[in-house]
Amino acid sequence: MSERGPWTRREFLRGGSAAAALVLPVVLAGANESALQRNPYVPQFFTRPEWDFINAAVDRLIPADDIGPGGLESGVPEFLDRQLESPYGYGAFAYMQGPFLTNVPPQLGYQLKFTPRELYRLGMAASDTRCRQLHGRAFCEIEVSQQEEFLTQLEHGSIELPGPPPEAFFEQLLLNVKEGFFADPIYGGNRHMGAWKMIGFPGARADFTDWIEQAGRTYPYGPVSIAGRSQA
Amino acid sequence: VTQTRKPVDAVIIGFGWTGSIMAKTLTDAGLNVVALERGPSRDTNPDFQYPRIVDELRHGIRGELWQPLAKETVTIRHKPEDTAAPYRQYGTFVFGNGVGGAGVHWNGQLWRASPEDLRFRSHIEERYGRKFIPPDMTIQDYPVSFEELEPHFDHFEKVCGVSGIAGNLRGKLQAGGNPFEGTRSDEYPTPPLPPVYSAQLFANAAAQLGYKPFPLPAANSSIAYTNPYGVRLGPCNLCGFCERFGCFMYSKAAPQTTILPVILPRPNLEVRANAYVTRILLDKSGNRATGVRYIDETGTEVEQPASLVVLSAFQMHNVRLLLMSGIGKPYDPRTGAGVVGKNYAYQMVTGTLAFFDEEVRINPFIAAGAAGQRVIDEFSSDHFDHAKHGFIGGSAVRAAGTGGRPIEQLHLPPDVPRWGRQWKAAAKKHYLHTAVYDTQGSVMSYRDRYLDLDPTYRDAHGLPLLRVTFDWHQNEYKLAAFSSARLEEIVRVINPKRFVSILMKPGQSYDTRFYQSTHTTGGAIMGSNPSNSVINRYSQSWDVPNLFVLGASAFPQNISYNPTGLLAALAYFSAAKVRDAYLKSPGPLVNA
Repeated sequence: MSERGPWTRREFLRGGSAAAALVLPVVLAGANESALQRNPYVPQFFTRPEWDFINAAVDRLIPADDIGPGGLESGVPEFLDRQLESPYGYGAFAYMQGPFLTNVPPQLGYQLKFTPRELYRLGMAASDTRCRQLHGRAFCEIEVSQQEEFLTQLEHGSIELPGPPPEAFFEQLLLNVKEGFFADPIYGGNRHMGAWKMIGFPGARADFTDWIEQAGRTYPYGPVSIAGRSQA
Repeated sequence: VTQTRKPVDAVIIGFGWTGSIMAKTLTDAGLNVVALERGPSRDTNPDFQYPRIVDELRHGIRGELWQPLAKETVTIRHKPEDTAAPYRQYGTFVFGNGVGGAGVHWNGQLWRASPEDLRFRSHIEERYGRKFIPPDMTIQDYPVSFEELEPHFDHFEKVCGVSGIAGNLRGKLQAGGNPFEGTRSDEYPTPPLPPVYSAQLFANAAAQLGYKPFPLPAANSSIAYTNPYGVRLGPCNLCGFCERFGCFMYSKAAPQTTILPVILPRPNLEVRANAYVTRILLDKSGNRATGVRYIDETGTEVEQPASLVVLSAFQMHNVRLLLMSGIGKPYDPRTGAGVVGKNYAYQMVTGTLAFFDEEVRINPFIAAGAAGQRVIDEFSSDHFDHAKHGFIGGSAVRAAGTGGRPIEQLHLPPDVPRWGRQWKAAAKKHYLHTAVYDTQGSVMSYRDRYLDLDPTYRDAHGLPLLRVTFDWHQNEYKLAAFSSARLEEIVRVINPKRFVSILMKPGQSYDTRFYQSTHTTGGAIMGSNPSNSVINRYSQSWDVPNLFVLGASAFPQNISYNPTGLLAALAYFSAAKVRDAYLKSPGPLVNA
């Protein structure tokens, strides 16, 4: 390349790399999406019917709309599956020795013998059985409005299910779904930090020295994740 | 097979704040000391490093720094005639675990007690008459005065680099500080941080109402600061990951950032982590501790003989170990006799959520556990005339936002659905524009509120769990209603679009499912004689004079303040007496 041309070699390289930097994220994002389609998450805990149940339930609990990402595109089902395969799912964080009392005032907290894994497994099976009785189809196959109604009945314990109380299953599910929506993306949910962007939480920034004297002003920076923005 | 280790001068059970304070004094004096800590060894590097530490799920929700309840928890019931149920999942309080204890995951709100808190029964009787105290309320005076503790409050504030403004400096009231505090000998060691926005709104409104808002005393250093031991703290950056987390900024005072760097290298201190003490050993007379028995990390049972035993675990664990060791007479609620387990108390918290329009940017994630907060002390202790209100005690009224971590700290109006489109819309609408205010109230002690060993439930080693018998009394319901009303008056002046208060009302029982306070107190209380207490004014066991019991287990009733300032001052007061008198002539420091 001629040194007398409109671009020096150095300038060309600088310009070229800047252009590449602008283009690169788009290319990578595209690559990620197609990689995802080629290698969709394979659940370890959930069986195929359970995976269908959980995807439908997550879509109802946190639906996609113009306000922000839904639970599905945020990866909440993957989060749930990974949590239930972790020590947490096996009840390792809770005191699980008996005897398990009944007729305990609710204020004394969770007193069931079920680990989170057991609560999910029994709760999903009982729900699908009940949906088949009511509608002739599994939970994932009934109408959206019917799914919403069924979840509301679980929430309020206004439906009879064999096994754990329906409201205990629902509370466990809703708790974990919100954890997956808002936890750092390293756990498989909150993909692209979409939930954090939706509400305005800057994630793992954790340094507001420059904002100590600016109380009440709009905070302008988007979120970062523990693993770094590019892997979010 | 039980291993027996070489005898040492002193063994310390529990290596949080009070254990570290005593270890400093005893190793200063040249003693050979072994500190036993049930949890793992932990330090700022690597355990609290950024970015790994700012993980809400790992620390704030799953509680990686907390005591694993799977291994040991407590059981809870509301009344002595009920069957207690295990506290299976974390809710109402969170126990620390590991070196540094709860001093790792606390917020750093470092208060002194009010002078009258330390002679509370006498003070109430003098001002309102004996009949003002309900017959089943078992409050009593501390056997130590504010004036005696003042040098130790002052020293601990300097150890921690506390940021604040003095309100009463050597008897002179200071603008901007707390006019209700006891007389201080010195200023706070570091200046306060400016208020975060929710606190700024609170302070302005409180001042309009004639109150004297001041910076909450914060063991979150505001500047780079070197403490009296030569340990350097860093400035708080309002990261929003304080309570439930370790501090990656070396700013929040913890044993790791204030005392341990000086004493851990000493050849006369050995810290053994993952050492679970199961018994304090006594000689045949039952009046002398010979050491302790513990289970080490390999599962081996070990005996550690020692001339002096310091019990400095968390309040609950102190009481449990005394009961399991057969030290002192267990409290009997039917007769009122016995002292171990007596006068368990808690705190009564109310909250008010203020929801603003979108132009008011609360930015809840810009926060610390204590720095940048504002508070009023008009309604604590006996700072106001209680005669017409019919209750005893009070509340600190605070601008209490400690962070905006979205799993735990996304607050929505109670009428918003808990899931679906409307929940999502509300989350987006309110997250940046909601402020949290609260009141933290004292709880008195009562004849039927106490601790003992559960007859049914066991820990991972087959040892009995501690049983908590606790519910609210009328006095505390009245306190909550009064405190919440005062807070609401301030919030009305702030004038949010809407506000909602949360408080316990008469008929509502203690609810362990929701986090309220880890400020549990009593069960090994201090007093003037062996019939009303477990320990004397120097925290020395009446029954076993070579045993000292440190921590909030000593409080005869609870205060409205966070307990760390008072329990640390009591530990320093004890340590000074051990150094100056006990080591020269071991024996009872107060005649029974």
